Amino acid sequence: MTTPAEPLIEVRDLRHEIDGRCVMAAPAFAAVRGEHTLLLGPSGSGKTTLINVITGLITPTSGEVRIAGQVMSALPAAQRDQLRRRTIGVVFQTLRLIGALSVRQNLALAQRLALGQNDSAAIESLIAQVGLTHRADARPRELSQGEGQRAAIARALCAKPAIVVADEPTSALDDANAIAMSDLLLATAEATGATLLIATHDNRLRARFDRTLTLATPQVAA
Amino acid sequence: MTLAGLSLAYLKDRALNTALNILLLTLSVATLVILVLFSSQLAERFERDAQGIDLVVGAKGSPLQLILSSIYQVDVPTGNIPLATVDLLRADPTVAEVIPLALGDSFRGYRIVGTEPAYVENFGGVLAQGQMFAADYQAVIGAQVARETGAGLGQKFVGSHGLSGDGHDHEETPYEVVGILAPTGTVLDRLIVTPVGSIWAAHGFAAPPVEGDAEDHDDHAGHDADHDHDHDGDGHQDHAAHDHEDGHEDGHDEHAEAEPEHAAHAGGGDLEVTALLIKYRSSMAAVRLPNFINKQTELQAAAPAVEMTRLLSLLGVGIDAVRAFAILLMATSGLSIFVALYSALRQREGDMAMLRVMGARPGAIFGHIVLEGVLLAAAGALLGVAVGHAVVAASAASFPQLRDMGLTAARFETAELVIVMAAIGMGALAALIPALKVFRVDIAKTLADTR
Repeated sequence: MTTPAEPLIEVRDLRHEIDGRCVMAAPAFAAVRGEHTLLLGPSGSGKTTLINVITGLITPTSGEVRIAGQVMSALPAAQRDQLRRRTIGVVFQTLRLIGALSVRQNLALAQRLALGQNDSAAIESLIAQVGLTHRADARPRELSQGEGQRAAIARALCAKPAIVVADEPTSALDDANAIAMSDLLLATAEATGATLLIATHDNRLRARFDRTLTLATPQVAA
Repeated sequence: MTLAGLSLAYLKDRALNTALNILLLTLSVATLVILVLFSSQLAERFERDAQGIDLVVGAKGSPLQLILSSIYQVDVPTGNIPLATVDLLRADPTVAEVIPLALGDSFRGYRIVGTEPAYVENFGGVLAQGQMFAADYQAVIGAQVARETGAGLGQKFVGSHGLSGDGHDHEETPYEVVGILAPTGTVLDRLIVTPVGSIWAAHGFAAPPVEGDAEDHDDHAGHDADHDHDHDGDGHQDHAAHDHEDGHEDGHDEHAEAEPEHAAHAGGGDLEVTALLIKYRSSMAAVRLPNFINKQTELQAAAPAVEMTRLLSLLGVGIDAVRAFAILLMATSGLSIFVALYSALRQREGDMAMLRVMGARPGAIFGHIVLEGVLLAAAGALLGVAVGHAVVAASAASFPQLRDMGLTAARFETAELVIVMAAIGMGALAALIPALKVFRVDIAKTLADTR
């Protein structure tokens, strides 16, 4: 467990290679509870790889990521799954909502997987918070892009995770929707006290975050 | 929402595919269930109706026809035999019991069987109401006859000539119901039993007194003493007055050759019965008696066990062919489930990866995919059982012969449970290979590759 002052995310000397080629080299950084961080970088800078390392989906070539004090890559697969399930909510650019389920069911499944039980009131409250009460029974294919993104944010937050990470959540949106989306993420993270990390190449979001980190494209060795 | 709920949601999401897979499995399971119900009930009924009977003696002809007509009451008799045969066989020391049967008439499709109380006792028949017949034209009716016709004690009815119920009525010789039997689950339930003398008398012969006591052989000796009386000219004239030939034509066209003269209609003037049911006293009888009767008399002896084994083996070829077809159909539906799940999971690789991101363990996702196959198979299997029973119920309601054979949909066989378990196992097996993919999924790569 961590105290409020202790970082929930710590990244140190992180580097990941594929077939000997460096695809991500992240600067050291830490984020404490409730902190909102924008991770900016151009395409190919390894933002998605960094998100995957932070969420424990891939093991970095070197360096380490600590989540709530635990080194993610040092954990056995089952414990890694458990830590991710209980601590991290993820929003992807392509939403990744389960097509066979309604918005409400998507949230309920995520909540059940994370907490082992359903809190219907919390789900309804979250659906209302993202303005989807009238679309709660709709399937993802019946939603507009904006509605789908709001549903994906709600799903990432429905288990009240300590950390919310988002990978390019606004890349396909126009200016107004991109701003609305980031504001929604900020507001909901603020409301739940979650630490927010958004990885994006979208400079439009820079102004809305107090803290911005830059991820440079890794240098290819000559 | 649980992973089990997710399995259901996926099945509902591709409803047409799910429905077709269920339909395919339903058809195969229903076919197997119908076969199980039909063959098991048929075999059991054959065994129950032939209980205690070692040999049937009747007129020359098809031995199977003799068994079907005398024991199962589903075919026309091969002909009649002299009444004197009864005493001849009763005098045989290897024979324990001889029960005569006189057939030829019916009431609303239910056969009227002239016999002795020993026939009722052979099937464990117990009177639910009234008493056993003691005189001509007294009738004891089976439970099904009572239920279907609504006949009660003291009511009178008129038998129709012929076994199919559409011959002319013997209006001048009505029967009176003196007893109603409790259900036995045997052929007795759908019979009307009366003294042999009733059958003779109904056809114009003044029957000798029948005491209704199978053990009282002296009574049968009395039959012989009365033969002259029975076969006087008046008797034959009365009988002719029934327009017997017309009755035959009206009632038995479909069995023109096989239709016997009714029991009392003596070709040579002697009283006759249709068949004799024999119980052996010793196993020696099984060795000697059928051989003796078949080779040295004008009669025919047929063993129910032998004929039924032959019939079931003949039917068995057809049943095996249908069973093989149904199993093939089930294997096809298993393959169909496999293809459906394999194809669906290829499209759902992104969902699987997302479930892993949300923290679902690989084993839990594996279980949810197998559950999808199991749910499909279970739905098909249970629907198949329901459809199988519905078809059997409809068949029994539509075809009197099947109903008369005692075919019922209200019984469940252990083999049906085996079929259901096999179908569910097959569904799980069909889901296994697609489900195993979850252990090999590279989440990050899948999320990158799928949109």
